[in-house]
Amino acid sequence: MTLTLDARIPEGSIAEKWDNHKFSVKLVNPANKRRFKILVVGTGLAGASAAASLAELGYAVEAFTFHDSPRRAHSIAAQGGINAAKNYRNDGDSVHRLFYDTVKGGDYRSREANVYRLAQVSLNIIDQCAAQGVPFAREYGGLLANRSFGGAQVSRTFYARGQTGQQLLLGAYQAMAAQIAAGGVTLHNRADVLDIVVKDGEACGIVTRDLLTGEVRAHSGHAVVLATGGYGNVYYLSTNAMNCNVTAAWRAHRRGAAFANPCYTQIHPTCIPASDEFQSKLTLMSESLRNDGRIWVPRNMDDTRRASDIGNADRYYFLEEKYPAFGNLVPRDVASRNAKTVVDQGLGVGPLRNGVYLDFADVIARDGESVVREKYGNLFDMYERITGENPYRSPMRIYPATHYTMGGLWVDYNLMTNVAGLYALGECNFSDHGANRLGASALMQGLADGYFVLPYTIGDYLAPKLASAPVPVDDPVFAAAVAEVDDRTRGWLAVRGTRSVDYYHRELGKIVWEYCGMARNRTGLEKALTEIPALREEFRANVKVLGSAGTTNQALEQVNRVDDFMEMAELKVRDALHREESCGGHFREEHQTPEGEALRDDENFAYVGAWNWQGPDRPQELIKEPLEFEYVKLTQRSYK
Amino acid sequence: MSAGSGGGSAGSGNGRSGNGHQVMLRLKLRIWRQAGPDEPGGFLDVDAEGIPADCSFLEMLDIVNERLITDDIEPITFAHDCREGICGTCGVMINGRPHGPEKATATCQLHMRKFRDGDEITIEPFRAASFPVVKDLMVDRRAFDRIIESGGFISAPTGTAPDANEIPVPKDVADFAMDAAACIGCGACVAACPNSAAQLFTAAKLGHLNVLPQGQPERWRRAEAMVETMESFFGSCTNHGECTEACPKEISLDFIAVLNRDYLKAKVKNRRLASQT
Repeated sequence: MTLTLDARIPEGSIAEKWDNHKFSVKLVNPANKRRFKILVVGTGLAGASAAASLAELGYAVEAFTFHDSPRRAHSIAAQGGINAAKNYRNDGDSVHRLFYDTVKGGDYRSREANVYRLAQVSLNIIDQCAAQGVPFAREYGGLLANRSFGGAQVSRTFYARGQTGQQLLLGAYQAMAAQIAAGGVTLHNRADVLDIVVKDGEACGIVTRDLLTGEVRAHSGHAVVLATGGYGNVYYLSTNAMNCNVTAAWRAHRRGAAFANPCYTQIHPTCIPASDEFQSKLTLMSESLRNDGRIWVPRNMDDTRRASDIGNADRYYFLEEKYPAFGNLVPRDVASRNAKTVVDQGLGVGPLRNGVYLDFADVIARDGESVVREKYGNLFDMYERITGENPYRSPMRIYPATHYTMGGLWVDYNLMTNVAGLYALGECNFSDHGANRLGASALMQGLADGYFVLPYTIGDYLAPKLASAPVPVDDPVFAAAVAEVDDRTRGWLAVRGTRSVDYYHRELGKIVWEYCGMARNRTGLEKALTEIPALREEFRANVKVLGSAGTTNQALEQVNRVDDFMEMAELKVRDALHREESCGGHFREEHQTPEGEALRDDENFAYVGAWNWQGPDRPQELIKEPLEFEYVKLTQRSYK
Repeated sequence: MSAGSGGGSAGSGNGRSGNGHQVMLRLKLRIWRQAGPDEPGGFLDVDAEGIPADCSFLEMLDIVNERLITDDIEPITFAHDCREGICGTCGVMINGRPHGPEKATATCQLHMRKFRDGDEITIEPFRAASFPVVKDLMVDRRAFDRIIESGGFISAPTGTAPDANEIPVPKDVADFAMDAAACIGCGACVAACPNSAAQLFTAAKLGHLNVLPQGQPERWRRAEAMVETMESFFGSCTNHGECTEACPKEISLDFIAVLNRDYLKAKVKNRRLASQT
């Protein structure tokens, strides 16, 4: 049976849709909310804010994290800031402008209605966080400070030093902690969610493995909310934390939830390049560095001189030469692709020749070291800590790395997947960023979904279920799911192969980065489609997991995740292969303008590509949700 | 024991020899192994050759683990996640110091170029009665969450907030709060303290919330509840100051002064309030 996807966009003009919808959704009486149990998986910005807000409303919430504490979630690492259309700077910002910028930034591959709502609730998020005591940067008058971020023409970004994600996450974590103390939220920590349970087409629970004791357990509820982050670690090397994974979302996909736009990945241009084969992750440095640093490589690939000894004539300032108007400030994807081009030409710098220079010599000569230290001191210190090189004396080396994934579980306007009662929030859904995300918009979306969208929309699903108890955990559907997880987990211990889990994860990452990274083409993607299944087969036959299932076993935690990445990677590549256009974070070399810009095909590809699971032996089926643009005019970007 | 510190680090200071090749270290590691919370533990001696000077401390453990797996020995369990010094998941004792020899540096941000070829490095879990060992180098720090749950928040249910600029916060107050809020909850302060006290962790949260205008309505209740929850898990502070020395975010001892002042005031105020009801 072919799946149909109904986005359930409300009626009315774009500015009225959310208000109309809030009025039309069914409500649950305050006294009845406690009769509904909601399982929230993941306790980052989206999950913690949802758990706290739902519990405040009176729902019985159970929250799950694989971390020891909810405060460890990777939202904590976001540096830059959070957007909101407050127009505190009186510089012409508005809800409509934030909406417009986000749709345009997403290269016209997101849903207008969702994005408009995001811009609307951005106002409430800042109010909410300030009331919680998030220590945002302030002006001397005590009011909130703002900055312009990621090329925006208005200053709408709120920030807390370089640790905005940390402070917003702690705010949400503390709100949830208050609800834990009040009994509204039951927290399960070190609980790894390994399956989603669906009965008669409705999500009714999850299966967890206790990461300390190995106990596999079923949990039942009226609804399941996934807030489990993105799939960036499919590349192995990324700016994501080591334990970020796609498992909960992927298991939901295997249980019937459509997975949308998996080919959309954001690559961040200013990361520190890998230093050796044991590199475990890549560290991002704020792209504000591009405001003053000049990016170059030596013109001659055999030039072994020190950077400072290479004269201007022998330096190739490739962004400044190709894009004289924008220079080093071209958008993230353009900067990233051009860095790849010169490194592929053999012009890379550093011991592994895997980076380009980001040089501050000119700004230091012009403004003095103390001015540069004032602006970027903490970033320069971080660079020196990691590389051992002093960027005041020699240029930084940078290279792009995977940073954020725009694709994810398909959701309707209510943030519900096509599986009834199963919701997806934050980075793990696909809905708001289209093919590319604007800077400082990830934190906004995670908190919008958790604080201000789901608490309104979930009642629509729950209200008619007032008389029904959750499916009991002794129902055969749970017993079967628990047995499956148990078998799968123990199965890895029986393989007794010769290579570690990390080895296979690294190998997978190399394939996906090479053929489905910053630039993709048909030949490479087809090659990946033969290499990934072959690697997966070898992995399943030859991986070596030591230890036992009844105790803490980090390799056993990791092996399930890598197995899911192996399947997910294949879908990602197929999605990239089918999308015969370039848009945002998806650049197909066959589809570019004469200037090397991404060339969209709005006639044939202005749709969400959602993939429907057909079983382990058959490829997923593609379902298209057409995108209509009533309020934003589609244009081709140009940075010349 | 030759704890390698800042001076005399590997190669030319950046983990590279003069000709740009990576410096490789040979290290004598003594690593704590413990199968579970109630199992006896002991040291495993590892002769770790060929450790690139540019890799991080945790990547060094990754390399050791790869080799153990090859030899059919179960890899060493250690907590880690973001590997950029912000999530607070990692943390081990390195030659008796939480997070090792570098000041203001979490374990994941410590790099092997800070050690010398031939160094002996002893690696143990954080030691504190309230941080029981889970396995090998991993400990259970859930007691920290209990402290936060007892009062480490400002009650502002979603949807109730006034416009953000309705509550001005003087810049110096906001900066002071941010200095405290930078705590990553790693537990190094507890591990460094001879009494295993958690004053610095608790003070960081009180210092963040109690100075802000938004934090005033619950200030005294928060101070009393958090301090007393803390005391039910952790030892007493006797002003050694080891905590702030070990802190990867250099949280200042000044916040402990705020905690002491607010706790004392809270005891008086809360008693008076109680007598009025």
